[in-house]
Amino acid sequence: MATGIRDKVAILGMGCSKFGERWDASPEDLMVESYVEAMDDAGIEPNQLDAAWFSHHIDDIGAGKGGTPMSIALRLPNIAVTRVENYCASGSEAFRGAVYAVAAGAADIAIAVGMEKLKDTGFGGLSPTNYGTLTPQIGPSGSAPGNFAQLATAYRAKHNVSAEDLKRAIAHVSVKSHANGAKNPKAHLQKVVTEEQVLNAPMIAEPLGLFDCCGVSDGAAAAIVTTPEIARSLGKDNLISVKALQLSVSNGLENQHNSWDGSYFHTVRIAAKKAYAEAGITKPREQVSMMEVHDCFSVTELVTMEDLFISEEGAAVKDVMDGFYDADGKIPCQIDGGLKCFGHPIGASGLRMLYEMYLQLQGKAGPRQLANPSIGLTHNLGGQPANNVCSIAIIGAHDA
Amino acid sequence: MSDVGISSIAGYLPRLRLSKKSVSQANAWLAPNLVGKGKGTRAMANWDEDSVTMSVEAIRRILGTNDDRSHVDSLFFASTTMPFSDRLNSGIIRAALTLEEQTECIDVASTLKSGTSALIQALDKVKSGNSKYSIVSAADKRKARAASPQELDFGDASVALSVDTDNLIAKYINSSSLSIDFIDHFRQPGEEFDYNWEERWIRDEGFLKIVPKAINDLFDKTDIDGSEIDHFIIPSVFPRVDQMIAKKCGIDPDKVVGNMALTVGNTGSAHSLLMLASVLERAKPGEKILVCSFGNGSDAILFETTDNIKNFKPHQTIENLIETGVEENNYLKYLTFNDLVKWEKGMRGEQDRKTALTTLYRHNDAIMGLVGGKCSKTGTIQYPASPISVSPNSPELNTQQPYKFAEKKAKILSWSADYLSFSINPPNHYGVVDFEGGGRIMIDFTDIEKGEIDSGMEVKMVFRVKIVDDIRGFTRYFWKAIPV
Repeated sequence: MATGIRDKVAILGMGCSKFGERWDASPEDLMVESYVEAMDDAGIEPNQLDAAWFSHHIDDIGAGKGGTPMSIALRLPNIAVTRVENYCASGSEAFRGAVYAVAAGAADIAIAVGMEKLKDTGFGGLSPTNYGTLTPQIGPSGSAPGNFAQLATAYRAKHNVSAEDLKRAIAHVSVKSHANGAKNPKAHLQKVVTEEQVLNAPMIAEPLGLFDCCGVSDGAAAAIVTTPEIARSLGKDNLISVKALQLSVSNGLENQHNSWDGSYFHTVRIAAKKAYAEAGITKPREQVSMMEVHDCFSVTELVTMEDLFISEEGAAVKDVMDGFYDADGKIPCQIDGGLKCFGHPIGASGLRMLYEMYLQLQGKAGPRQLANPSIGLTHNLGGQPANNVCSIAIIGAHDA
Repeated sequence: MSDVGISSIAGYLPRLRLSKKSVSQANAWLAPNLVGKGKGTRAMANWDEDSVTMSVEAIRRILGTNDDRSHVDSLFFASTTMPFSDRLNSGIIRAALTLEEQTECIDVASTLKSGTSALIQALDKVKSGNSKYSIVSAADKRKARAASPQELDFGDASVALSVDTDNLIAKYINSSSLSIDFIDHFRQPGEEFDYNWEERWIRDEGFLKIVPKAINDLFDKTDIDGSEIDHFIIPSVFPRVDQMIAKKCGIDPDKVVGNMALTVGNTGSAHSLLMLASVLERAKPGEKILVCSFGNGSDAILFETTDNIKNFKPHQTIENLIETGVEENNYLKYLTFNDLVKWEKGMRGEQDRKTALTTLYRHNDAIMGLVGGKCSKTGTIQYPASPISVSPNSPELNTQQPYKFAEKKAKILSWSADYLSFSINPPNHYGVVDFEGGGRIMIDFTDIEKGEIDSGMEVKMVFRVKIVDDIRGFTRYFWKAIPV
């Protein structure tokens, strides 16, 4: 019986570049920015790194394939660099690799860097992705917003929510994230918006308007992990350790089997249950202090509140409108602005979420610092509702 | 020898009908001579329809929803606008309809009389016993230059009929055929548009001389005369030419069948047979129908309706098809659908759309025929089929039996109207549909306007163009959902 990852690995240092339309920055610049901050935070030298994981989703417009782009950009001392890719959850995948290497004893200190350079395409939004040779012949000619927008239509039908009520609730999700992002100097979008602005924005994929969609950004984030013992030997105290790391991957059921109703994430529910069990959390609505979820679209965040078992099924609209997830609510969500405003450089996003939880747990989050958080949850999704990967990480004070 | 003839017939018109006024008014500054033609409508194919997809739809209307189509042993497809010059177009239709591989598929092309020529071939084939049940389909989606008379005269449509020895609604009497190199218009491979000669010459030396000759040849063979004809079919875009031919051949001008010029337009290869469909849906037993065509010669075919005609209920009458069309007043939409304007497709429109032909062949039934799988142990139905069943609690290995989805009804589970992804007709509608009896597909919707869609709505499947690969000149087909 696996004993799980709980408290076996501590975070030694983290870094995150400024996210945004980084016209000035190359993929290498972005990686270096996050790496330097993480190394300074960890207080180690490059030759103390045993292994590295590099997450990067769209290689054809970013840094290219393989581990070499990271090794070259950071001039790593010829250590193992593994490139990982799992759609938009790639950043969590890099973190998982590094954490597992340390937990296995294969590495004393490991680093995960996630990077995406999206603004070299020449157009807004994500570039269309190839999915082999069969899917393009039988799948719809869609986009990410169109795929996620379907959550809204299915959710409305299932829970008998009017189009107006759901639109207003998802607008509140975005208004909240913009308010949070405005306090984050590294965020891509740092302006507050009103509910009226969100409701009246141009339509992207019904019912998702412009402000229901996250930023498409350049950026990088990095995490350095080690064992709690090594961390202490390096002079660290008040350690932040990994409580749970879970990944659940669709097996085609949602897309092909009539049992899924389209209104929720099958994988999120599975990953959440396993993560809570691994972390020893029995009442998430009471025990989780804060969350960074994969709010690629406002409606994703809304249904995720139910899939993480924080809101009751069908009750997310009410919780959102009650401010439960606002900065001053019971469980602040997207306190750094989320994908919505911090931005979404795909390969970096999972690590960026952890970066915010890590800062908050240490009391280093500046003007957006929450009062005494103890458990932070990150939810990093890849793919689309009918076919996805869901990565959930829980981190907290090591000694708690 | 048993009688041979037509046992069923059905037409198909695209949903949209372009207002000719919208065309003639937009072009009045340039082509004032065409203002007079600005009356009525013409059938306008969606961007994702071509002669092949329209034929598939017409044939489905005579075959019905039965999965077993093994009785079809030959298929003739007639068109002057076949999507491929070298790829068996009727073979695409066969694959879409999941007809047996042994179905003999023949393309009949290169002339506007190809529809009637194909019919004569099918009648001969069944008469000779070389085919027991043959399908003839004719379709055209002809391009015409903006501000040309053809743009206003043409229409997009298809028709299909079954040639049989049983259950005949119209018995074949005889036919004649003339092949004459009279070039009223022409189009070489690679050319988008016809080149047309003077209309008066076409009328006087072409229609009025060649068609009567074919008719008289037929009358000589059958020993009947024009006075016995109850319905006379000859498509022509020239006013009153049909009446003039009737008169020349001793046919009562009142027996001339309406050519749908102001509703459908002239549908090229399909038109004689489409007019025949409009006759058969209202004909009485014992009536003689003379079906003629014109195009580098002329065909004339004589039928006589049987008693079965009383019970003939087409899937949808031509009259109803005409009535249920949706008028399109946006001429620019027509121009864009037909690639007649250089429009901004955006960077998302630049994506390489190369089709892996190996994959297409490996999954031919799934892609072309919308055939999925049914687990022989659990009964779970899925699309596409897979080595291991999707059934969550019983992932059986190698138990998938072919399961056809194309004729099954479905309901929309989730949907979106997407303005971001590339589309020739934005917003791009797509979503998940659940089939009656099981199975689901995330699929494109077509023939749908903004605001016409919701979860729970009933849809049916149609075979359409998925994408056109402009770089390599390849049309990729797949199925889409439309509202019932």
